[in-house]
Amino acid sequence: MTEAFIEVAIIFVKVVVLGFILFSLPLPLTWLERKIAGHIQVRLGPFRVGPHGVLQPFADMVKMLFKEDVIPEQADRLLFRFAPIVSMVPIFMVFVAIPFGESWTIPYINKEVTLYVADMNVGLLYILAISGVAVYGIILGGWASNSKYALLGGLRSSAQMISYEVALTFACIGVVMLASSLNLIDIVRAQTGGVTNWNVFYLPVGPVWFVIFFIAGLAEINRIPFDLPEDEGTLAAGFHVEYSGIRFAYFMLAEYIAMVSMSVLAVILFFGGWDDPTGLGWLPPIVWFLLKVGFFVYLFMWIRFTLPRYRYDQLMTIGWKILIPLSLLNILVTGWMII
Amino acid sequence: MADYLSILFMAGFAAFMACMVLFVGSLFRPRNPYSEKLSPWECGMEPIGEADTGHFRVHFFIIAILFIVFDVEILYLFPWAVILKEPDISTLVFIEMFIFIAVLTVGLAYAWAKGALDWIK
Repeated sequence: MTEAFIEVAIIFVKVVVLGFILFSLPLPLTWLERKIAGHIQVRLGPFRVGPHGVLQPFADMVKMLFKEDVIPEQADRLLFRFAPIVSMVPIFMVFVAIPFGESWTIPYINKEVTLYVADMNVGLLYILAISGVAVYGIILGGWASNSKYALLGGLRSSAQMISYEVALTFACIGVVMLASSLNLIDIVRAQTGGVTNWNVFYLPVGPVWFVIFFIAGLAEINRIPFDLPEDEGTLAAGFHVEYSGIRFAYFMLAEYIAMVSMSVLAVILFFGGWDDPTGLGWLPPIVWFLLKVGFFVYLFMWIRFTLPRYRYDQLMTIGWKILIPLSLLNILVTGWMII
Repeated sequence: MADYLSILFMAGFAAFMACMVLFVGSLFRPRNPYSEKLSPWECGMEPIGEADTGHFRVHFFIIAILFIVFDVEILYLFPWAVILKEPDISTLVFIEMFIFIAVLTVGLAYAWAKGALDWIK
């Protein structure tokens, strides 16, 4: 009885810690994004609030908290209130299945805890399924606003996300074929022992899988060059044009955490997770993991301020006419190499 | 079982935090609605008609139908991908999946030829 209770208590503590970290993650990320934007465009970025503007996100948070919560007259009030939460909660649930390392011994009490919340044997399938639920938040938000821009943004967004979800899932199947498992911890273990064992270096198909995964991932989290749902030029702000204050912040929060989850998945599926590329062990595995994730987060921001946006028909052409036939071909090549 | 309990915990925690922050915000934020503020945003023009009557391109539905077809087929690939390395059956299941993917490709080629994948006509 007590052992089961302790087990549940540990899970609860892990969930709360992870939840708080995820909830506060946009604070450093928004600062970083604006700073990177500034430096790429040869300006300083936020500089007024705190040294080098580090307190800017807190100021923004307070501002969001004090903003009026406008609900348009013709909106579907229930769905309008519900949509930001629907788009936010699934992204949090994705992180339950993500492993951050093998295990860690708490000092002083010598209790070994695993660095993942749930060791699911269908982890990858669970992540794909749950992150698909986030589309509902966007389409509900767009439809419930009863505004033309919001509706078009929501429709575009959902069509884009489901189109690229096909290519993204194909890329995940490529990894599953190489690792023979859907468990993310097993997928990382299959890649340990040097850089050449990482899936991205499984020549010649590994890099192709990674490119498919990365392009589809960019589209899935609505980042430039695929941020058509929020196309300022034609749609004002897309599905969240009618949202203000905290509810708007929830959509942004979901977007930032989705970016982190995509970086984490890229690292786990293709770059060996917490595997040490030097093999010397001079940094703990979790540090390697966070360094790799940080690199991908930086890459997403770098791309945002480097590339222009695609047109919608180009987006659909890339998704359906290039990525999907390429993935079908790549599945056959990968299968041929394995058997 | 405990692995799936954590999903419930996380969903509950995230929803609870979201509602808490909204509640805390409701203590501070102003509330001053008037009809111009509450009208749908349309670049400063008077809004014409309703947006949620379902008048949008039929192409979005076609994409959704294609997605369902492909997504279901992808789900068949997952168990296949897990057992592909079993030495006794790998050649057999590979040939089976070759036929399956060939059928899938015919479907994609049909949609392509019919112009379902072209956004501009």
